[in-house]
Amino acid sequence: MKLGVLCSGGKDSWSACSRALETDEVACLISVRSKNDASYMFHTPDVHLVPLQAKAAGIPLVTVETEGVEEAELADLVRAIALAVEKYGIEGIVTGALMSVYQATRVQRICRELGLWCFNPLWYTDPDAYMERLIASGFSVIVTGVFSAPFTEDWLGRAIDEKALADLRKYVKTDRITLTGEGGEYETLVLDAPFFRQRIVIRETKKEYANYRGVLTITRAELVSK
Amino acid sequence: MILLVDLAGTLGSLSRDEYVGPVARIVAAAGYEWNEAHYAGISPKTITGADGIILCGTALKDNAFAEHMQNLAWLRDARVPVLGICAGAEALCLVFGGRLIPACEIGMTEVRVIQADPVLGEPRVFTAYEVHTFACEPPAGWITTAVSDVCVQVFRHPGRPVFGVMFHPEVRNDAVVERFCGICRDR
Repeated sequence: MKLGVLCSGGKDSWSACSRALETDEVACLISVRSKNDASYMFHTPDVHLVPLQAKAAGIPLVTVETEGVEEAELADLVRAIALAVEKYGIEGIVTGALMSVYQATRVQRICRELGLWCFNPLWYTDPDAYMERLIASGFSVIVTGVFSAPFTEDWLGRAIDEKALADLRKYVKTDRITLTGEGGEYETLVLDAPFFRQRIVIRETKKEYANYRGVLTITRAELVSK
Repeated sequence: MILLVDLAGTLGSLSRDEYVGPVARIVAAAGYEWNEAHYAGISPKTITGADGIILCGTALKDNAFAEHMQNLAWLRDARVPVLGICAGAEALCLVFGGRLIPACEIGMTEVRVIQADPVLGEPRVFTAYEVHTFACEPPAGWITTAVSDVCVQVFRHPGRPVFGVMFHPEVRNDAVVERFCGICRDR
């Protein structure tokens, strides 16, 4: 089946894409760039790098912009999906939803309206096993946003590796974060994946951080061979 | 061992992780071993050794199982507890002579337990996650134990531990699957 993967640039979108590539044809990525940092639906830090990721993966990309106003932003998602149907003939949508009923419900409804299949291959997956698999399978993922205690500034740009995972596990116990960041505690960006033809190298960044909230903005990045 | 049946249109589909995987997690956490099989490949040997059977849901557009009900005829004679979730409830409904009707619910929905039920507990109201475009008119003689504003939510066989649940208990209502595991254990 020809599928379109909703892609925010983070680990969950790309993991879902990786899983979809095992069973189906990923005809395109679909990215919604939100101007609202607090968007309910769309992850925002460094979403401007999705085109570079798409190039690294060799998968076409459909992008639309949204003001990010709750519920109204869904109309922009419908527009993006409809465009992907028209351009690439997709028959279904793949999301990286882990436990968000809010996101899953809305995408399911849109797919029903448009007569598309909807797949959420990470849905209610075991968080610990998922994070382990992500690291073991060769994804290169960094933290690009932190939005809760106890994340300090040095988490911005930090790679999600075994050591970081151990710290996250600790925070689950001490600060009740979700291990995967599903609660919006942190956001990520994928620099490399097993199926990427090239990998992303970051050349310049800008950090903003105060009171356990911060964002790493990547101002210059490029693709290099693997 | 609990046998998890994948009702997706094709074996190894992308929807397997979404509808079978989360149920497997709950069964394992309840201390039960589990196996899984695709509905098109089930033989008497597959069922041997199962203490219970869970028929898992499918993607919203996937109703292929309903066109191949001969593959599920063995459910009539299953002598172990059976829990049908969403598409699984629809499969039970069809196997035992009920009917499917168009009725769509997507998202969190209020479910009212109208009669105490082994997998639901006492009468109460709770919210549950729904993803279906059809609902069941349960087979004659079956007992309806929960409803929503749109359709029958839970129904059971009058004489055997066979349950149909339209909502997805694997999302925020693990206790339904845990109670079902308890029923399998206690037999």
